[in-house]
Amino acid sequence: MRRPAPRLRRVSVVGVLLRTPRGAAAATWLALLLVAAAVSRAWTPLDPFTTDPYSAWLPPSAAHLLGTDSVGRDIASYLLAASATTVVVAVCAGLVAVVVGLGLAALGSLTARWVRDGVAVLIDVLVAFPTILVAMALAAAFGGSLTVVVVATGVGYGVTIARVSRSEIRRVVREDYVTAARASGAGTAAVLRRHVLPNIAPVFVVQLSLAMATSILAEAGLSFLGYGASAETASWGRLLSDLQKFLGVHPWTVLGPGLAITLTVLALNLLGDAVRDAADPRLRTRSPGRGGTLPPEPRAPGPSPADPARSPAPEVTS
Amino acid sequence: MTRFLLGRLALFAVGLVVASVLIFATLRLLPGDVAQSLAGTNGSPAQVDAIRASLGLDRPVVVQYLDWLRGLVQLDLGRSLVTGTPVAEEVGEKLTVTLPLAGLSLVVGLLVGVPLGVVSALRHRRASGALLGVAAQVLAAVPVVWAGMLLIALFGVTLRLLPTQGFPVDGWDEPGRALRSLVLPALTIGLVEGAVLFRFTRSAAIGALDEDYVRAAAAKGQTTTRALVRHGLPNVLLSVVSVLGLQVAGLVVGAVVVEQLFALPGLGRMLVSDVGRRDLTKVQGELMTLTALVLTVGLLVDVVHRRLDPRLREGGE
Repeated sequence: MRRPAPRLRRVSVVGVLLRTPRGAAAATWLALLLVAAAVSRAWTPLDPFTTDPYSAWLPPSAAHLLGTDSVGRDIASYLLAASATTVVVAVCAGLVAVVVGLGLAALGSLTARWVRDGVAVLIDVLVAFPTILVAMALAAAFGGSLTVVVVATGVGYGVTIARVSRSEIRRVVREDYVTAARASGAGTAAVLRRHVLPNIAPVFVVQLSLAMATSILAEAGLSFLGYGASAETASWGRLLSDLQKFLGVHPWTVLGPGLAITLTVLALNLLGDAVRDAADPRLRTRSPGRGGTLPPEPRAPGPSPADPARSPAPEVTS
Repeated sequence: MTRFLLGRLALFAVGLVVASVLIFATLRLLPGDVAQSLAGTNGSPAQVDAIRASLGLDRPVVVQYLDWLRGLVQLDLGRSLVTGTPVAEEVGEKLTVTLPLAGLSLVVGLLVGVPLGVVSALRHRRASGALLGVAAQVLAAVPVVWAGMLLIALFGVTLRLLPTQGFPVDGWDEPGRALRSLVLPALTIGLVEGAVLFRFTRSAAIGALDEDYVRAAAAKGQTTTRALVRHGLPNVLLSVVSVLGLQVAGLVVGAVVVEQLFALPGLGRMLVSDVGRRDLTKVQGELMTLTALVLTVGLLVDVVHRRLDPRLREGGE
């Protein structure tokens, strides 16, 4: 038996996060990131863009917590300023992905049959396109920018969200309680609001956090290639690209920006896992992929891989 | 099978057509005048018009598209707007670097991800299995660029074991040298892809441990490991095959970034520099080639998966 819709609403997000160590760790890191991003708009230890050839490549010290780069910029301050860029990119890409995803999913599940089937094929086709190629096409036309990154990853991941949500919506609208609601006179809008949205919400939150993680990785990659953040925008990926030229001489300076990206992506992935595990152990949404996600359900019927949620040992024990 | 094949081929064809329309539309209909940028900032309007006419850009967009499509079918990708050389030839040449790189990366990913995934599933109640899980979770969050930089710092700079930049000028004439320069790039992509494959294998294998046939084999006295390897593994591998198609998209992303990082003369690196020069014909051809590759692999993987799975082979839809 499926749980009726209202019960899922009782799963409080905060409760879910604090219940498991990984959820708590992920939430803590993301909260720190948000604070850092907000603070960096008003204050950083040193100006992240001030260059000083005499203090190039200083080792970490009290004045420069993470040392300085080739032009004497304070790496710690730069990382802090770049955290704001990351937050903006992730949130905007997440929003675009949600709008695209929900829109396509609704078109692909609630409309007339021929529209529905057409959209389903379109989703199947679009989901195969690597996001980075979309971004490169846009960059060729418009020149590279963070907007291109946001649009490319938002649309790219939005299609994945559409694919996952579409099958979820199709599953929910066939449930008895939806039939019952319809029979008792509820309109489409009411069914959507009362039954469909609450039921697909967990899947949606998981996908949203994965979309944000993907957008951060894409931003790093595209900024490295020179088609993401401009020189006036602090960005972790851009710093990696700047430091890469000196990799032979100062290899370990790349630790800071790399760790920042990794921890943030990790936190978003863990957050998604935690929400998924807590919200509904029956969900077949699996671990995050890169440049595309694993399909929400095995394409073949048969032995389906276990839900990490149901496996006896917690996946992360730290 | 026939019905499945036809349906899958139709989807493949639709995919190629949609891709060609999207790529063409993005590059042509959006602002940014190639003729203007070729003429330079000092180009007079007359010069710009002349360039536009010589490139055929003054014709209706639909005609241009159909022209391009006709070329595509004949594997003719047109000529570079900047250098005038045939695009298909160059793309073919670059593929001799990109395809081996992608292949090697996939091999690394499978070799790392699948065995470790099975081991970690067998030990999923123990600390060692959980630790492997954490490691893979972290590795899956590492940006490819950074993974590559760390490998360069370790193997290239500190240990000085492997080349970190470039590819032999004479290509595969010296297979040993060519292969050596692909080791670190392939490790970079392979390790990160392997982490994703690991997580998938692990959850598939944990699922298989719960299946009746594995439990029955274990009940007959086989060790869990033997039962899983003999009876569970085919099913686990089947699930892994089914996700490979989507993983190839990850390989492409990896190749574009990694070729830049390791200065490998592949298709990804050429794409990055052509985007910078706004050589639209070339960008168009390169994007189409990469997309076609991804779609083809997706098609092959689905067909292979279908053939491997006896239930699907007989049962039809």
